[in-house]
Amino acid sequence: MKLAYWMYAGPAHIGTLRIASSFKNVHAIMHAPLGDDYFNVMRSMLERERNFTPVTASIVDRNVLARGSQEKVVDNIVRKDGEENPDLIVLTPTCTSSILQEDLANFVDRAQMDAKGDVMLADVNHYRFNELQAADRTLHQIVKFYLEKARKKGELPEGKTEKPSVNIIGISTLGFHNQHDCTELKRLMQDLGIEVNEVIPEGASVHNLKNLPKAWFNLTPYRELGLMSAQYLQEEFGMPYVDITPMGVVETARCIRKIQQVINAQGSNVDYEDYINNQTLYVSQAAWFSRSIDCQNLTGKKAVVFGDNTHAAAMTKILAREMGIHVVLAGTYCKYDADWFKEQVSEYCDEVLISDDNGAIGDAIARIEPSAIFGTQMERHVGKRLDIPCGVIAAPIHIQNFPIGYKPFCGYEGTNQIADLVYNSFTLGMEDHLLEIFGGHDTKEVITKGISADSDLSWNKEAQAELNKIPGFVRGKVKRNTEKFARERGFSQITLEVMYAAKEAVGA
Amino acid sequence: MTALQEPTALQFECETGNYHTFCPISCVAWLYQKIEDSFFLVIGTKTCGYFLQNAMGVMIFAEPRYAMAELEEGDISAQLNDYEELKRLCVQIKRDRNPSVIVWIGTCTTEIIKMDLEGLAPKLEAEIGIPIVTARANGLDYAFTQGEDTVLAAMAHKCPQTAKAEGEKEERNAIHKLLNFGRKKEDIKQEESEYADHPPLVMFGSLPDPVVTNLTLELKKQGIKIAGWLPSKRYTELPVIDEGYYVSGVNPFLSRTATTLMRRRKCKLIGSPFPIGPDGTRAWIEKICSVFNIEPQGLEEREAQIWESLEEYLQLIRGKSVFFMGDNLLEVSLARFLIRCGMTCPEIGIPYMDKRYQQAELAFLEKTCQEMGVPLPKIVEKPDNYNQIQRIYQLKPDLVITGMAHANPLEARGINTKWSVEFTFAQIHGFTNARDILELATRPLRRNNNLKELGWEKLVKEQAKV
Repeated sequence: MKLAYWMYAGPAHIGTLRIASSFKNVHAIMHAPLGDDYFNVMRSMLERERNFTPVTASIVDRNVLARGSQEKVVDNIVRKDGEENPDLIVLTPTCTSSILQEDLANFVDRAQMDAKGDVMLADVNHYRFNELQAADRTLHQIVKFYLEKARKKGELPEGKTEKPSVNIIGISTLGFHNQHDCTELKRLMQDLGIEVNEVIPEGASVHNLKNLPKAWFNLTPYRELGLMSAQYLQEEFGMPYVDITPMGVVETARCIRKIQQVINAQGSNVDYEDYINNQTLYVSQAAWFSRSIDCQNLTGKKAVVFGDNTHAAAMTKILAREMGIHVVLAGTYCKYDADWFKEQVSEYCDEVLISDDNGAIGDAIARIEPSAIFGTQMERHVGKRLDIPCGVIAAPIHIQNFPIGYKPFCGYEGTNQIADLVYNSFTLGMEDHLLEIFGGHDTKEVITKGISADSDLSWNKEAQAELNKIPGFVRGKVKRNTEKFARERGFSQITLEVMYAAKEAVGA
Repeated sequence: MTALQEPTALQFECETGNYHTFCPISCVAWLYQKIEDSFFLVIGTKTCGYFLQNAMGVMIFAEPRYAMAELEEGDISAQLNDYEELKRLCVQIKRDRNPSVIVWIGTCTTEIIKMDLEGLAPKLEAEIGIPIVTARANGLDYAFTQGEDTVLAAMAHKCPQTAKAEGEKEERNAIHKLLNFGRKKEDIKQEESEYADHPPLVMFGSLPDPVVTNLTLELKKQGIKIAGWLPSKRYTELPVIDEGYYVSGVNPFLSRTATTLMRRRKCKLIGSPFPIGPDGTRAWIEKICSVFNIEPQGLEEREAQIWESLEEYLQLIRGKSVFFMGDNLLEVSLARFLIRCGMTCPEIGIPYMDKRYQQAELAFLEKTCQEMGVPLPKIVEKPDNYNQIQRIYQLKPDLVITGMAHANPLEARGINTKWSVEFTFAQIHGFTNARDILELATRPLRRNNNLKELGWEKLVKEQAKV
């Protein structure tokens, strides 16, 4: 048992439902007790979805406990098949069905006999996988199912498209700014003269999955979702994939160069260097921004980054490499894929934190006391409590992170959006401090920032008065450094002398 | 609809139970706020945690006094010892938060793996020295607000009896004494004399404190004294309940608590309509008065006065129809009030219908329909949301009261909706709060009045019929 107040990634079935509800005309039936269909509320609220979420529950109640689901699941599948004529029904297990150990595969086989559409059991175990892993697996499962079906029927299309083309894999419902990223990526492909063959799963029809092999290559913009499918397509059809997230100026260029290499290897002859150069220097504002005096002022400012693998890694690189910001700590909650994250960010930050415990990241932020945080909604609230601005860069997210306006994180417009986000986070913080400095007599008590930090040292009157003269935004740091110094030297009281000695010793 | 003759009695139907509602563990969201010295430990899985985290929204960041005891694979396969695990977590909670009670919320998973929470609690309680209340608020058996019912039914067992309480009474009343400090004994005696001589009356149902005060004063005007309230602001102030006490429920979803109070604590239940809407509040007070042989004073004028003040809202809804999809068990009382307001109601969906506990409310609904000259609604227990939506397309009601899963899709199809969960969190009890119910119910109508010139009602393309 684990005492938990908050979780970063949801349970496995949420991942499966995100995939099922991303496809067009696919219906998910959860084998779950009353109340577990909360996914519908989230989709309807967060995405302001106009249509009914194609998810229903086959309710597990007391009777099911006593004598098993029997005909209930099969009846519900067949009924939904008749009501909505979906192409595919995905039977979705939950934590409850994981321990009931009913033979859901058998229900699926039986339902398949009466249903006109296809029926499938999502192969995810609640106790082994989280939302992100389950989404990746479910997408792979559906892709594989339809490609094998097409192969069996001899319906697989022959050969490749005439012009270079791509499948964009991993855009999904309830994904962080996924819709905007998708538009931006399509635009980028158009600029590069690459046709978009299929986008999956968002808005795709399962009937089109058989066309996937026609593309020259696959692009998986997100580390968490789509990689399994891309790897499968590589193994089965020899399709190369590009898994460099085009987020930030340098990474976008790297992604485009990789695409160039992949399509030239298949007989095309393209050179994107001029395009990259033109975009970088004149079209996107991010490169110019990092050169401007605004960004100069951010040099060496401390930041903490936390999120999923894709966004936390990309942000860390952008902050450190493109803006000269000092990333003290970069972290991810994708524990299952921690090695990849460490490899990506270790040269761009001082510390790496792999944890899904929000207390651990909260304490780290309190200890480091950065000028800005880039994290999830949870870090935003830590920031509120500590008075540190926060830019939200990854799920879990609230409704305000599903903006109606165009806000991609990927591609060249994405670099502009990220520059704004970073700059606004830091300036808001500066403004705050300037107000504090010039906003009249500064007689405020010293506030020890920190969720876990506690002070056991006393300050004498003069030292206290001196400390109060120090501008608010560095005061916490000065206080802590002085106390650390005093503790190390064994001083029990902090006087003016100790303060200055500390300043000389640690440059507080 | 093909009903040829108007039904003369309420019709009850039962559908498939495929409907959307909140999981009953959501009751921790309001109960931890109500019972200030409590800590709620939900023993379940990531699924439960994910629901609470998202359903409670921003509350989650305010250091709530609730947490998940998240079960791992080792717990499910009994490789880990339940007792030791729970002890470890509860000791940690005691150390960090020092609550006066820990409430264990059993979930679907603890039911299925048959974790004996009721058996473990007394042992652990003795070992760590904090009372532990066990409530099985799971989605296998209950819907949404019924979660509160299971918690209160469990708490009813913990209410002290006079005989036993004498010793600790001094201590328990310390706070009351503090409040009375400086007042002369005569004043207190004087206050006592304002009440009629009636047997002790204990209310049950969790309400926000302002509503508690409001209802208490309403009864005081009739000379009726509320001896205690289950739950009270603090666990340490749970009311004394003795054999022969009278009890009255303020919410329609408290049937288990009522049963427990009657059967286990030997109380007498006053069956009345619930104090929702001015009509309901008056009927509630009148019923309590009649049980105590008190002639109610000035109620008719009071009710009339409230109705008068509501006129501007009533104009908006008179003659309009309302459809309840059903998810929180407040439906019958709300429908009864809205019918009195001049609306019609073809269907009342409800998760669970306790015809004994809601008897007076149902009779009042029937009477209201007859007096207003409108057809009796069909009451659909365990509704099927898919079928209901087909009926909504057919009936085209002016207002659908529904959960969040259906609200946006219905709005996009030009159907006005009100999110039902708001009725459980808003203050809707008593004379004073009738306005708040109508404020909620008329909001979509008022909003759409403001937008009606725009011609933007249907915002989805017609789907081709397959």
